[in-house]
Amino acid sequence: MIRLLPLALASLWNRRLTAGLTVIVVALSVSLLLGVERLRNDARESFASTVSRTDLIVGARSGPVQLLLYSVFHIGDATNEVSWPAVQRIAARQEVAWVVPLSLGDSHRGFRVVGTTPDFFRHYRYGDGRRIGFAAGRPFADVFEAVVGAEVAARLGYREGARITLAHGSGEHVAEHGDKPFSVVGVLAPTGTPVDRSVLVSLESIEAIHLDWQGGAPIPGLKIAPEMVRKFDLAPKRVTAALVGLENRAMVFRLQRAINEDTREPLLAILPGVTLDQLWDVVGIGARVLLAVSALVVAVGLAGLVAVMVASLGERRRELAILRALGAGPRDVFFLVAAESVLLTLAGCVLGVALVQVLVFSMAAWLQANYGLAVSPGWPVGREWMLLGAVMLAGLLASLVPALRAYRQSLADGMMVRM
Amino acid sequence: MERVATTPGRALELRGLRFAWPGQAPCIDIPGFPVAAGERCFLHGPSGSGKTTLLSIVGGVLSPREGRVCVLGEDLAQLSARARDRFRADHIGFVFQLFNLIPYLSMQDNILLACRFSAARRKRIAAAGSTPLAEARRLAARLDLPANLLARPAMTLSVGQQQRVAAARALIGRPGLIIADEPTSALDADRQTRFLDLLLSECDAAGATLLFVSHDRRLSAHFDRVVDLSALNQAAKEVAS
Ligand SMILES: Nc1ncnc2c1ncn2[C@@H]1O[C@H](COP(=O)(O)OP(=O)(O)OP(=O)(O)O)[C@@H](O)[C@H]1O
Ligand SMILES: [Mg+2]
Repeated sequence: MIRLLPLALASLWNRRLTAGLTVIVVALSVSLLLGVERLRNDARESFASTVSRTDLIVGARSGPVQLLLYSVFHIGDATNEVSWPAVQRIAARQEVAWVVPLSLGDSHRGFRVVGTTPDFFRHYRYGDGRRIGFAAGRPFADVFEAVVGAEVAARLGYREGARITLAHGSGEHVAEHGDKPFSVVGVLAPTGTPVDRSVLVSLESIEAIHLDWQGGAPIPGLKIAPEMVRKFDLAPKRVTAALVGLENRAMVFRLQRAINEDTREPLLAILPGVTLDQLWDVVGIGARVLLAVSALVVAVGLAGLVAVMVASLGERRRELAILRALGAGPRDVFFLVAAESVLLTLAGCVLGVALVQVLVFSMAAWLQANYGLAVSPGWPVGREWMLLGAVMLAGLLASLVPALRAYRQSLADGMMVRM
Repeated sequence: MERVATTPGRALELRGLRFAWPGQAPCIDIPGFPVAAGERCFLHGPSGSGKTTLLSIVGGVLSPREGRVCVLGEDLAQLSARARDRFRADHIGFVFQLFNLIPYLSMQDNILLACRFSAARRKRIAAAGSTPLAEARRLAARLDLPANLLARPAMTLSVGQQQRVAAARALIGRPGLIIADEPTSALDADRQTRFLDLLLSECDAAGATLLFVSHDRRLSAHFDRVVDLSALNQAAKEVAS
């Protein structure tokens, strides 16, 4: 059987145009499959590390996914808030290293406003523990100072010194806090997280713009000028959520239980990693569908290969009859044709892997810059090898079609082809 | 190891052979036909009389409905389909009328192809103290094929050259039986004689039995024995009458 391999190679080389095109089709489909799998993995990893090094997220009692959605992804609104004393009680605990409160609810031209403390810039981490960087400027230090995320700056053309006004709420009918403008003091570097789409201000600023408001509307007749706000008590009364970091991670479950069982206020503490994974099960369905579609594309590629091989048998009847006269059995003919199909599949897989390498390598910077997606170049890993194995297996099964046809044809033709 | 003929001196022996293509009247019905080892046998008969069919039976590609086919002392009916394929590779060399060569392989690789399928041919070459490559070149030279053509793809050769390459491939590794099915009918008269001379002298040199099929009776002068298939084949008589 092995003695037929050089013959299979020579025959393929003789048909190098169709064979080459077939290999390219298979390679493109394989690189699509591998590329989608690679992106899917990287997207999951990047998603799973939207917040990292934060041990707990605390909010009013609701569902874990809901809490994660509004506190980290700024999707939906909190139904309840956390009182400031509750935040302070958590911060005062021995095992707690830091607490970053988040106050949501306002917006700026479609982007969410996050009221927080300057600790946010020190403690918020994403990816494998990366800090938020400043593209320009500095953290906010005073009321009416704002820091904008990378996407906000890019979309709205903001630089340091820009003057912006915030709006109450985030729906379609927002009421402007037009009387109290903010100045942009810092622009953040891109992170690929929801921080890019945020406007960050201090908790005191949030208090300040709501001094003359009540129940989501300005109090009629009351107007407090910006320069007057400092005379009021700007200490926060309540926040939406808080990120908590521990001295010792081992304490996380104890603290989580303590917060969840707190009888003074109904609170919920979640482990962000666990809840992110739960959320991905839902969000990741798009990626899974994409993978399934790529698998179908591979099937189409292999169907093309089968078609090309079967079509070639007609013009190779003489060739196969000559081999029969030389002593090749129908099994040898079967093996020869199967080997050619498998070689084409193999070549397609090898070229496909190479293509993915080139694509990932050349697009990594662009994906990181535009989508904050860190794609990892490198040889196939784990599941990608399994996918390649599956493609080879499918190629092997597909090769049976032309091989069986050749077997039957050579049984019927024998040594002689009349036409 | 050479096979020892059960009937010494018989290269081919047919007895009570009957064959019919599916759904057709019997095509071959031969009560008896022996060919002695080393004999040059010329088999002729009109078109459609079953010559090519008979050669496929002798080559073990077709199986007769009845009767015995002994080739070089081996009863083909006793062999499995695989063993018959191996037997053909080892002991029979074929030359056809046209399209003998794999078009994209070089002349040399076409000759060597016979060795690729047969360990026995390779062994016999080694036993004679040569290598397949040297043997292919020697045969090419003997058959008037210039060495500068050895690397040329078969499809660039003239028809006459192609037939001689086919003869070299049939002869390499000294098979006991050479079967030629109208190998000269695509050649002009001059080349026919020349090809025949070369084939006959190489068969002699190799000690091979030659079964040569043609409907061109003029060529029969070169042979030890001339057989009319229509006289031999009872099936043809039935059709004729
Ligand atoms: N593959 C086949 N299937 C069915 N019938 C066949 C097949 N091959 C040959 N035959 C029939 O068998 C008979 C003998 O054919 P064969 O080719 O053996 O004749 P031949 O003597 O070699 O003729 P020619 O001199 O023209 O080559 C013919 O009637 C032919 O129609
Ligand atoms: Mg014929």
